[in-house]
Amino acid sequence: MEHIRTPKVENVRMIDRLTRRKSSVGTLYLSSTHTIFVENSEARKETWVLHSLIYNVERLPTNSSGSPLIIRCKNFHVYRLLIPQEKDCLDVLASLTRLSRPERYGELFCFSFNPNLDKELREKAWGFINLKAEFSRMGIPCNLWHVTAANHEYRLCDTYPSELFVPKSASPAVIVGSAKFRSRGRLPVLSYFHRDTSPNLFIASICRSSQPLTGFSARSSDDEQMLQAIMKSNPVSEFMYVVDTRPKLNAMANRAAGKGYENEDHYTNIKLQFIGIENIHVMRNSQQKLIDVGELAAPSMSDFLWGLENSGWLKHIKAVLDAGVFIAKAVAEDGVSVLVHCSDGWDRTAQACSVASVLLDPYYRTIKGLMVLIEKDWVSFGHKFSHRYAHLDGDPKEVSPVMDQFLECVWQLMQQFPCAFEFNERFLIQLHTHIYSCQNGNFIGNCQKERRDLRLQERTHSLWPHLWENRAEYTNPLYRTDHSQTQGVLKPLTTAYCFKFWKGMYGRAEKSVASHQSPADCLNAVREESQQLEEELSSHQEVPRETDAGQGIHMHA
Amino acid sequence: MEFAELIKTPRVDGVVLHRPFMPTVEGTLCLTGHHLILSSRQDTTEELWLLHANIDSTEKRFVGSLGTIIVKCKDLRVIQLDIPGMEECLNIASSIEALSTLDSVSLMYPFFYRPLFEVIEDGWQSFVPEESFKDLESMTDEWRLSEVNKDFSLCPSYPSLLTVPKDIDDESLCKAASFRHGGRFPVLSYYHKKNAMVMMRAAQPLTGTNGRRCKEDEKLINATLCAGKRGYIIDTRTIAVAQQAKARGGGFEQEANYPQWRRIHKAIERSNVLQDSLIKLVEACNDQSHSMDRWLSKLEASNWQSNVKEILTTACLAAQCIDREGASVLVHGTEGTDSTLQVTSLAQIILDPACRTIRGFEALIEREWLQAGHPFQQRCAQSAYSNGKPRSEAPVFLLFLDCVWQILRQFPCSFQFNENLLIMLFEHAYASQFGTFLGNCVAERGKLQLSQKTVSLWSWVNRPQELERFLNPLYEPNNLVIWPSVAPQSLLLWEGVFLRWNRSTKCLDEAYQEMVHIIEYNKELQNKVNSLRRQLAQLETEDKMVADLK
Repeated sequence: MEHIRTPKVENVRMIDRLTRRKSSVGTLYLSSTHTIFVENSEARKETWVLHSLIYNVERLPTNSSGSPLIIRCKNFHVYRLLIPQEKDCLDVLASLTRLSRPERYGELFCFSFNPNLDKELREKAWGFINLKAEFSRMGIPCNLWHVTAANHEYRLCDTYPSELFVPKSASPAVIVGSAKFRSRGRLPVLSYFHRDTSPNLFIASICRSSQPLTGFSARSSDDEQMLQAIMKSNPVSEFMYVVDTRPKLNAMANRAAGKGYENEDHYTNIKLQFIGIENIHVMRNSQQKLIDVGELAAPSMSDFLWGLENSGWLKHIKAVLDAGVFIAKAVAEDGVSVLVHCSDGWDRTAQACSVASVLLDPYYRTIKGLMVLIEKDWVSFGHKFSHRYAHLDGDPKEVSPVMDQFLECVWQLMQQFPCAFEFNERFLIQLHTHIYSCQNGNFIGNCQKERRDLRLQERTHSLWPHLWENRAEYTNPLYRTDHSQTQGVLKPLTTAYCFKFWKGMYGRAEKSVASHQSPADCLNAVREESQQLEEELSSHQEVPRETDAGQGIHMHA
Repeated sequence: MEFAELIKTPRVDGVVLHRPFMPTVEGTLCLTGHHLILSSRQDTTEELWLLHANIDSTEKRFVGSLGTIIVKCKDLRVIQLDIPGMEECLNIASSIEALSTLDSVSLMYPFFYRPLFEVIEDGWQSFVPEESFKDLESMTDEWRLSEVNKDFSLCPSYPSLLTVPKDIDDESLCKAASFRHGGRFPVLSYYHKKNAMVMMRAAQPLTGTNGRRCKEDEKLINATLCAGKRGYIIDTRTIAVAQQAKARGGGFEQEANYPQWRRIHKAIERSNVLQDSLIKLVEACNDQSHSMDRWLSKLEASNWQSNVKEILTTACLAAQCIDREGASVLVHGTEGTDSTLQVTSLAQIILDPACRTIRGFEALIEREWLQAGHPFQQRCAQSAYSNGKPRSEAPVFLLFLDCVWQILRQFPCSFQFNENLLIMLFEHAYASQFGTFLGNCVAERGKLQLSQKTVSLWSWVNRPQELERFLNPLYEPNNLVIWPSVAPQSLLLWEGVFLRWNRSTKCLDEAYQEMVHIIEYNKELQNKVNSLRRQLAQLETEDKMVADLK
């Protein structure tokens, strides 16, 4: 509370950018976790802004009507306030600036968030997603793949999970040697195992790693053997792909720093493929430009389209989706295993692997399945959530919308395959908010080890069961488990015109525009009604049997 | 003239047809007076029947003696015919060329088409002005139906019956007509029942450079104002364009002469600019090799979406003046046959729930486009692949349909019809077996005797068997005014038309089917439950009677 100078400001005006008429006057309250605006109107409507979701606070010059303050959130909500006294405005600005930039993990919202669960339920909640069960769903361990204890206590690679799945044929020495030859020890390990049920019986896998420490000429026979072991664990295939998700130029530049990419002459039977996803800095700038487009006041169509083009955002989304499509095709159509890496193997690699998994496996298109996928490819494999999503006040160059892009790829796929996903757009947006909000412990820290050290499971709550309980809200009415789109591999088109501006995500500054009718919501209502009718129907059918069972009255249904 | 003269080679065997999303077909190509037919003579593959009138342009290529004709259609489809034999190929190409560009309307297919269905309700009689006037009469007695244009001499592009203020006599109408471009004096377009405000439309006033005025014109439009109220004149052109029009005898209403009116200028493009926009848009959509940057920049450069936005914005403005400001509105551009109609018809869709039903929408097209004298034949003579010298073709109606689609997409439950109806109207406006869109105005249609010699599109659409395809399963009648968002991010490319032949819609169609299925299942359950409820109620009364007897 020491950061709050003025806990309450009266006669604040919340301005609606598009329709001034809809602006409202009320009281602003500052708590340690939220800023709350309560309208003076009869309804006393409340607007809650979570401090950990605040991206920045901007004060505009004071004018005759007061001091304007703009609060921009990480989930792209924008609040415009007009505070009568300049002093109050400065106080609010100072408080929010400090409160929205916690300096230590202990200050994060998740440590004070208390949904009133007892200890037992809290522990059970953390077990809701079980990665061991997920690998066994894929059929792992099996005769070709097994779990290795090599990373016990994170001694091989501190950003990897402690349990790693590797080819059985890779000896402990090879595993250790390969880790030594990879940036930050992130050796090639299994991400997804594709068991084909078609007559092909492909058993290709997707593995992931960081870049090899090749420099201009270095090689490691252990690393070469590791790749060989991965290739051999797919007996029907004679080669494997190494997908370097970076632009080739970037990969080459890394060689000067003793890193780089696999030399096709040193590794037997690999095919190297560059995809050209740009680095986190390019993506950060691109998204900022996109947000600016969404914030333009009354843009013309040209302003909008030009801004969209100039941001490059959709181009980057296409690159990520193209990477996923390439991998999915290799695995499902050609039956070839793929090793995916970028530089560190925790951003672009996570994107490419998880997009490919969504394309390949219908399970990841369900509500539970997407949670599992995020837990596996992102949380456990050391995607740096706290750095990328600026949970703490830190290096702004570490911030980048990597996960935003993954969620958007899924959204773009939903546009092409409306029946293929069990969840709806709201689910993706909710996930996005929680990745930034720090309300739960799931996305705190940068790797499994860090989360363990923070004892998050004891001190915070898990998001997943909470989302699961509310799944009715996140369900796509068009989803049916027996629909053709929910079977097998998705093959999306990635022609430029297939990509759309994600209005539900980036158009949120425009909140006053009447929420137009949503067909999905209508359909959900219809389905709910159908369910009630079904219940009524079955209860009607039971009535005669209960009341006049003996009389055998003419009642059939 | 005999069609046979134009058909040098009526039949070629061994022709291979390539078309979007369908397996190639090898078969016999036949040319008739109105169709290009390709049949494999097997039951398994679908035949191609293409109206010559649907062909926008053709290209031919030769590799050895194998000729290829690329046929580009007005519905934006592109098909390819591989024809063995150079002579055959040249003959076919020149016949298609000649048959698809026939000048005489009376040679068009609608005059030869005999329906295979029984006409139950003659669409030519479905929407007569007398009927809509009866509706108006039930709401207000301020208006009358004038026969001043009975012989189309006052205004050739207007219908014979026009709704005008009751207090304005025919003589004044004649004077007002002489003051408006093409004789299109202000007439009633829409009466807003909720607050008795009206929307009128006209052509530009002929003020010229010396500021001519016409008392009768002023009186005519002032007659629509309530005492002490101001009205709005929406000029669909920018002030600069309207100024330039003065030099050619046109112009706009001077404040001094129309003190009770506030004039607002908007910037809807003229028809030749729109045609160019369509050509660029379709070009961008058809090149699948574009990088993201190139695609977005081509989309932007086509200006199509900007045109959609400007038209919708103007329509919203007109609707706003009427519904929110409680003011009457007069809309005009230059001729009053293009942008004017886009605005008045879209404003009605926003304001009037009746226009969002199938019947109401048909009536709107009949009233605000066909009878209002939109020159369909000129505007739809060529589509996006036209490479000849542009004449007066322009996608004015297509832009209107696009705007309707945008509103439909934003209010998916408020329309009785679905996207299919809009796409169907686009196709038939450009090439059809029906006579509805032939000619440029009521007078021309009368001379062509379309109602006697051709079948009306509405006769076909309104058959229950056909209607089903156009019904929106999500429809819940909504009596409110619907305000569409015109923010650029709310306006999308109409994929159903512009990407129709470029990407498969299988998954989207499946989603639509799924939606229909969910709603039908719900209806089925409702029926069952209702019938059970009735039976239950009946049983309860019977029980009561038995108990009473005891």
